[in-house]
Amino acid sequence: MKNKILIILLVFFLSFCFFVLFKSLESSGIYVPEKTENRELTEFVSKDLFSKKKITSSEIFQGSDYYILNIWATWCAPCRKEHPQLMELSKNSSIKLIGLNYRDDSKKAKKFLNKLGNPFSVNITDQNGTISIELGGYGIPETFLINKDKKIIKTFIGNLNNESVRQINLIVK
Amino acid sequence: MKLLKIFFVLIVILNFFSIAFAEKNDQLTNKISKNLRCLICQGQSIYDSQSDFAVSMKVLINKKIEQGLNEKEIYEFLKDKYGEWIVYDTAFNKNTFILWGLPVLLFFLGGAIIFKKLVFRKV
Repeated sequence: MKNKILIILLVFFLSFCFFVLFKSLESSGIYVPEKTENRELTEFVSKDLFSKKKITSSEIFQGSDYYILNIWATWCAPCRKEHPQLMELSKNSSIKLIGLNYRDDSKKAKKFLNKLGNPFSVNITDQNGTISIELGGYGIPETFLINKDKKIIKTFIGNLNNESVRQINLIVK
Repeated sequence: MKLLKIFFVLIVILNFFSIAFAEKNDQLTNKISKNLRCLICQGQSIYDSQSDFAVSMKVLINKKIEQGLNEKEIYEFLKDKYGEWIVYDTAFNKNTFILWGLPVLLFFLGGAIIFKKLVFRKV
């Protein structure tokens, strides 16, 4: 009788372990933040990449129904990869594109934009990276779609692709 | 000459306080960053990680301390941005009760088994 209980307990324990491990196989192990949508945009102060003048978020986020804030840097390879998608989005007149240059050399950033094209209406800098953290940024590149109420309605972690562009165009239509 | 001496003493005192204050801030920054998960290298703490976002996070924590936020307020600020996941020392709630409860349950279960074995051995 005692052995039977032990065997049942052992089988139960092994089944539990198997179930947990099997479930974990389905997960990539990479955490995606739970708070990526419907977040209030944090107020911040930055500097314009070209004029070096101070600029506040309330000055940046005005005059459009939708805004795209893209965190990028010249040293980030996926940023280069998503540049055509940003150029494509810049053709949409109902979106204002803002580029947040993350921990980068300003000269290199300007050279990058001159060479590949400048999709952004406003180019701002994040020299020590704190603005990106205040915005709830998770990595680089990262793109936030923001509505006129200054709410982040969608976050794209990693480089944008044609599917992301389609999704954005569907939302802003 | 006397005035110069007073000025010198004042400078030394001011420097001493600013160094002591900065050191206290650094200690608190280290303490907080040890309890935060790195966003990029998810197996490491912010303190251990050298990724760009971890470095930025340390700068931000220091900035928040200088602004007068305490440890709890900084955790709340970051949890609001990234969720409960960001802290290693997770709070007890409906999502984490198994995490907190299971070790206690196993401890008592193990204790009960040992106790039972000892009692039976005596008999």
